[in-house]
Amino acid sequence: MNSKTTEKDIVIDIQKIKNDFPILKRQIRDNKLVYLDSGASTQKPIEVINAHTEYFNQINSNIHRGLHTLAEEATNAYEKTRTHIAKFIGGVKTCEVIFTSGTTESINMVAYTWGEANISEGDEIVLTDMEHHANLVPWVMLAKRKNAIIKRIPITDDGRLDLDDIDSIITEKTKLVAVTHMSNVLGTLNPIKQLAEIAHKNGALILADGAQSAPHMPVDVLDMDVDFFAFSAHKMLGPTGVGVLYGKENILEKMPPFNMGGEMISEVSFDRITWAELPHKFEAGTPNIAGVVTFDTALTYLENIGMENIHAYETKLTAYTIDKLLQIDGLKIQGPNNSINRGGAISFTDKNLHPHDISTFLDSKGIAIRAGHHCAQTLMKRMGTIATARASLYIYNDEADIDALYDALIAMRKYFGHE
Amino acid sequence: MSENLDDMYREIILDHYKAPRGKKPLEDKNVTSDGHNPSCGDELRMELKVDNKNNIADVHVNCKGCAISVASGSMLAEFIKGKSLEEVKAISEQIKKMLKGEESTITEDIGDLDSLKGVRQFPVRIKCALLAWVTLIEGVDKFEGNGTDSSSTTSTE
Ligand SMILES: Cc1ncc(COP(=O)(O)O)c(C=O)c1O
Repeated sequence: MNSKTTEKDIVIDIQKIKNDFPILKRQIRDNKLVYLDSGASTQKPIEVINAHTEYFNQINSNIHRGLHTLAEEATNAYEKTRTHIAKFIGGVKTCEVIFTSGTTESINMVAYTWGEANISEGDEIVLTDMEHHANLVPWVMLAKRKNAIIKRIPITDDGRLDLDDIDSIITEKTKLVAVTHMSNVLGTLNPIKQLAEIAHKNGALILADGAQSAPHMPVDVLDMDVDFFAFSAHKMLGPTGVGVLYGKENILEKMPPFNMGGEMISEVSFDRITWAELPHKFEAGTPNIAGVVTFDTALTYLENIGMENIHAYETKLTAYTIDKLLQIDGLKIQGPNNSINRGGAISFTDKNLHPHDISTFLDSKGIAIRAGHHCAQTLMKRMGTIATARASLYIYNDEADIDALYDALIAMRKYFGHE
Repeated sequence: MSENLDDMYREIILDHYKAPRGKKPLEDKNVTSDGHNPSCGDELRMELKVDNKNNIADVHVNCKGCAISVASGSMLAEFIKGKSLEEVKAISEQIKKMLKGEESTITEDIGDLDSLKGVRQFPVRIKCALLAWVTLIEGVDKFEGNGTDSSSTTSTE
């Protein structure tokens, strides 16, 4: 899809966008904030901040319960976001969209419901060598409980999935392939559609972790033909504490519920309980209503720019960033060194400096990046490092931000005596 | 986070970071202690030669980590050489208190070690400065526990 979008098609009014984010006007000591940590969580535009306030000023109440005006309006607003998401991820049924607290909970929900019911001794679960702990720990623990086997798709030295031996990794013993759509460390965009085809051919299901893809590009879960897709609102201009699990209706129907309590039941007596219809079966208790309602505004904001546009713009800025960073002696990019099939999570290491020193120094210049193992300790090991520094881009970043990063990195090497 | 970068990366700290003391592994040693910070990935190996009067005759520190953990390890190597185990234990506890911002009762001149105080303004980095000291305490404890060659692994988290 990015191949179809040429440079002149990109219509992004970066100054307007920057102005929409009040926090970007903040000074960090004597410097203007340069926020390059959107992979961890994004900033919020004023529309989203206002929508949150508006919710509490106008319609705050519990949903699916009361018969009064506020309850009805809150319920409608909550369900409007669900409908919006169903459209946003490719036109799925609303009953296939489940609200969770985030990607982590979405994946745990699958592990504890579908996983508990369907994984038995000797079954195989296929992961990759670039998974976030959120898409690794739940499966490793499930495999432990069930005496199942974890297999991994390896990665190449430049941070792509190595599919050479895929036919011996995904086999008829495979019950599930759980893979990240876009790596939060390497930026790599993985061929989910191809993996889904291989998984299905072998009778396995596939779950894609979309935490880093859904914010940055058009996502079509039907075209990819994934069985489960998980993502978080806070990484795409929305509030924290809201996430989504998409699942195919026929699979969700057969899954037992996760949390038990109010809202997820149909009839309750002491000897017989029946579950509510989808998606409510998986939404026990009072959810993050304000967050879900606000998320709708975030999605609209993104759509007004256009997901194609966002992806094209970020691809271009990623290329610019990689090019700049590679000009610095001793700096190594951990992940693809080009912007093809890759997003704007750009990890780097310095031959002489620990990522924490890099991060602390950059912070003194007002530049926010992330340093550490990025919840991907197994990946760090594979890359032969203990931690990386990561700059991650979003729609409110521009070349000036990258130039500031570049200048600060040059100043840093001087400061620590590694010119 | 910080008020001033130079408060943490003081000149003395950068000096130790650029040229860590105690780099040479010991041929004759009776304590080996490994420490690590899983969240930073910092790893530190410490070797001690304790003589028969319970004094530290020699010390080796090898730290793979950030400037603060390397500098702290280097200062430790410089400071504890020639001191008795009792002195070393006491000063380690004091340094721990100093770094955590608790009241310490250091009266002697601790030289370069005083510069580690600046780290207190950067709470997430305190454990980096602590790594060498907890590794030392662990090593000494083990040594006193069995009195022969002792190896141990410890973590600051
Ligand atoms: C690839 C990936 N998966 C999962 C997660 C977990 O998301 P959350 O913390 O919102 O549950 C993240 C967030 O860091 C991520 O980058």
